[in-house]
Amino acid sequence: MSDKKRLDLEYSQLESDRMRINVGPQHPSTHGVLRLEVEVEGEIVTEVVPHLGYLHRCFEKHCEKMTYPQVLPYIDRLDYISAMNNEWPYVMALEKLMDIKVPDKVEYIRVIMAELNRIANHQIAVATFGLDAGAFTPFLFFFRDREYIIWILEKMSGARLLYNYFRVGGLAADVYPGFKEDCLNIVKQVRKTNAEVMDLLIYNKIFIQRSANVGILMPDVAINFACSGPVLRGSGVKYDLRKDEPYSIYDRFDFDIPVGTGEVGVVGDCWNRNIVRVYEMEQSCRIIEQAVAQMPDEGDVKALVPKRIRPPKGEVYMRAENPKGDLGFYIVSNGTDKPERIKARGSSFVNLSVIPEISKGYMFADLILILGSIDIVLGEVDR
Amino acid sequence: MLPNEIYDKLKTEFGDAVIEFDDKQPTDPFILISADNLFDICHTLRDKDEFLFDYLMCLTWMDFAENVGVVYHLYSMVFKHKIVLKVIVPKSDPKVPSVEMIWRTADWHEREAYDLIGVQFEGHHNPIRILCPYDWEGHPLRKDYEAPEYYHGMKVSY
Repeated sequence: MSDKKRLDLEYSQLESDRMRINVGPQHPSTHGVLRLEVEVEGEIVTEVVPHLGYLHRCFEKHCEKMTYPQVLPYIDRLDYISAMNNEWPYVMALEKLMDIKVPDKVEYIRVIMAELNRIANHQIAVATFGLDAGAFTPFLFFFRDREYIIWILEKMSGARLLYNYFRVGGLAADVYPGFKEDCLNIVKQVRKTNAEVMDLLIYNKIFIQRSANVGILMPDVAINFACSGPVLRGSGVKYDLRKDEPYSIYDRFDFDIPVGTGEVGVVGDCWNRNIVRVYEMEQSCRIIEQAVAQMPDEGDVKALVPKRIRPPKGEVYMRAENPKGDLGFYIVSNGTDKPERIKARGSSFVNLSVIPEISKGYMFADLILILGSIDIVLGEVDR
Repeated sequence: MLPNEIYDKLKTEFGDAVIEFDDKQPTDPFILISADNLFDICHTLRDKDEFLFDYLMCLTWMDFAENVGVVYHLYSMVFKHKIVLKVIVPKSDPKVPSVEMIWRTADWHEREAYDLIGVQFEGHHNPIRILCPYDWEGHPLRKDYEAPEYYHGMKVSY
């Protein structure tokens, strides 16, 4: 290793007016245990070096020792804010390997669960982004609403955050009585809060001055860095797997893909990345309304769940649109009940790699805001 | 464009460097290519007007006892088609050209691959570990890996 370039520069190489600041790993604004080594000139950021691995827990190594159903709870812990969404590509990949066609009712419940969890995730993302910019009230509004969503998910799965609810070929439990009414009430409440937050936070002059024209990510750079989710759409690229490569039953719903338009600031800045999340909540509400209306009442959600999961030899890469971006699972099966290899391609990991690129030349305080607008969760970065 | 058409086009252009095409179900169809020509083939796949694979979805690896395989999942934002590339190199000398200059997202993916399986990416600007500590020894995702008993005097419990 000695002949290779290390990230830690020699301190003697620094010029006199440059300073090296350590942010994290224990720091509230890094949204987890992320450590950033920041070089500043005065108050201008000249270089950012992220150091990862503080939450590395050998997810992929563990998977090789476990059977397929045992892997599922660990997948919840990747992006622990949107656990329902995480489970989906994994069970889809296994269903593709085993050639299982999932019943309609299961698909509808999965869509509703995933969209509810998407709203909950975006509420946290927008709330903590506001918190980074110094706005405390929207944080409380969103966390109040999120609790109602969590209650629905808890009634369905029995757990508050880490659900372990999806099964290969089905689900762990059927819907409870009154599920549809609960969903429609949530949708109403989400819309009401969003309207409030639009006035209170999004179009607030202080917030705009703080977040517009900061951390600009050009669309071609975003594609080259393989960014996905709101980070890519905030740069004006209309790319959403639910439309571009419709998995499950997303082709049955009528919804739009919001992109950053540069209505305030320029396309690809922090404000535009943030507004995409707010608009996506509205689109999720639309999907939930349609799914609740179309969902069949009859059907057994456990009918097709196999007793033993033994996929045939083969390998498959399946991805789904998570709140934070594409989550892909590369599963290699060797014909036994334990996987040969599971790779999780986390969107946070990829989206975070763009930080050194887009934060150069901004103020140090803006770096925290840029990090907040990327919306990472360290469980998925470090795996 | 379908995977077999992409294979035919690459075969005519690069000849023996494109080794094999596999579309046996349920595996995703993939093209096996030789490590020496990887950079040129990737460059062609990104820049030629008929391919335009501008999005590297995933870069991962496989441990086959004697060999190490590196797997590239490519996607085109323009044409919405995808392809899987595979490179297999011996574990004793695992050298693969870096594609970091083509897709910058490969930077961290390749560091992860180096960290966990020990593939050397030639031409990578900063090939250091990313998830394990910088002074960790061994490559944990290898099937024959054994965790060290002590790390800096601390007992490694797993």
